[in-house]
Amino acid sequence: MYFVVTFALLVTMTLALVRALLGPTVYDRVLSVNMFGTKTVLLLSVIAFLAGRPDFLDLALAYALINFIGVLAVLEFFKSRASRREEELRGEGGG
Amino acid sequence: MDFALDIISWILLAAGGAFVLVGGIGALRMPNLYTRMHAASVTDTMGAVLVMAGVMLQAGLTLATFKLAAILLFLLITSPTASYALASAAMLAGIKPDAGQAADLEQDS
Amino acid sequence: MSQSPSAESGPDARTSRLPRIIVLAVLLAAAWLLWSGFFKPLLLALGAFSCLLVLYLSHRMHLFDTDIFAPRFTLRLLRFWGWLVREIIRSSLEVTRLVLSPKMDISPTVAEFDSKCPHPVDRAILGNSIILTPGTLTLRIDGQHFVVHALTESGARDIVNGEMDLRVSQLRGG
Repeated sequence: MYFVVTFALLVTMTLALVRALLGPTVYDRVLSVNMFGTKTVLLLSVIAFLAGRPDFLDLALAYALINFIGVLAVLEFFKSRASRREEELRGEGGG
Repeated sequence: MDFALDIISWILLAAGGAFVLVGGIGALRMPNLYTRMHAASVTDTMGAVLVMAGVMLQAGLTLATFKLAAILLFLLITSPTASYALASAAMLAGIKPDAGQAADLEQDS
Repeated sequence: MSQSPSAESGPDARTSRLPRIIVLAVLLAAAWLLWSGFFKPLLLALGAFSCLLVLYLSHRMHLFDTDIFAPRFTLRLLRFWGWLVREIIRSSLEVTRLVLSPKMDISPTVAEFDSKCPHPVDRAILGNSIILTPGTLTLRIDGQHFVVHALTESGARDIVNGEMDLRVSQLRGG
């Protein structure tokens, strides 16, 4: 039964990757990368029991932390870039 | 008793897998960013809760169950926060919620 | 969260800050022991150091200035979680039906409403609950003013009708 869940998770991760490649905006890609990350956490927890190695759970938590911080950092980067570009445009328009 | 627990946990795992799959299909089929986020939130809440609950029933009352519960709690707190950050960043970037497919595709360069 | 101003100030702010620090310290120590599982002096010292570091950083973020742990609302919180789980199951099935139907008859709607929750933590709970429920999504929170995106028109109407808002605002009140 673990195999069924693992298979469903892997298929969903593939679908998320397809969406990440299709885009079309940056935010769609960030959304699918975030989805991919949470599915990885679930996959690691299932595999910990499939392979009988509970230490995989520590990896799952570490991955959840990195995924969350990573998504926020990427969003912050694009937000500051967008606002900077807007400021530059306004500066050119006013001057 | 063990047998009944096994059955329940298999059902939870299968339902979790189904919801995860639905979210993936939805993220691919939906027309624009905000509707895709609705589909992704199905995998983030129902999928995660059901899969984790199924695995927790398999683990029994061990340290692993507490770790799984901690991971699940963490996921349930962080995923809405990340979604909100994503939605507000997209709003700031000027992506209109009701643009539909045609306007959404225009931004592809 | 960072934009929320400190909710209280004055002479008794300092005394009410101490219980919050203690609760957070206990939670952090429990988390360290759960994930480490070793009781060697070096590892325990590292754990104590990182707990203190997190407490100091939280203090610098003014985390303790607002009422983040209200111990009196645990029972109400459990009841709210029960209601939220029912709501999540119902709307998950709804979204599943929409995604799997051949022609997706979705009607994306943007709705705005004013929340009844005066406290910033309650508004954070409300915003997160709206996002946690599939089919609805918080786009913006401006003070008490919420902008919500819903997958269907009826979902948007449910949010604006404000049952969730009412339940969240009752979490803390007497």
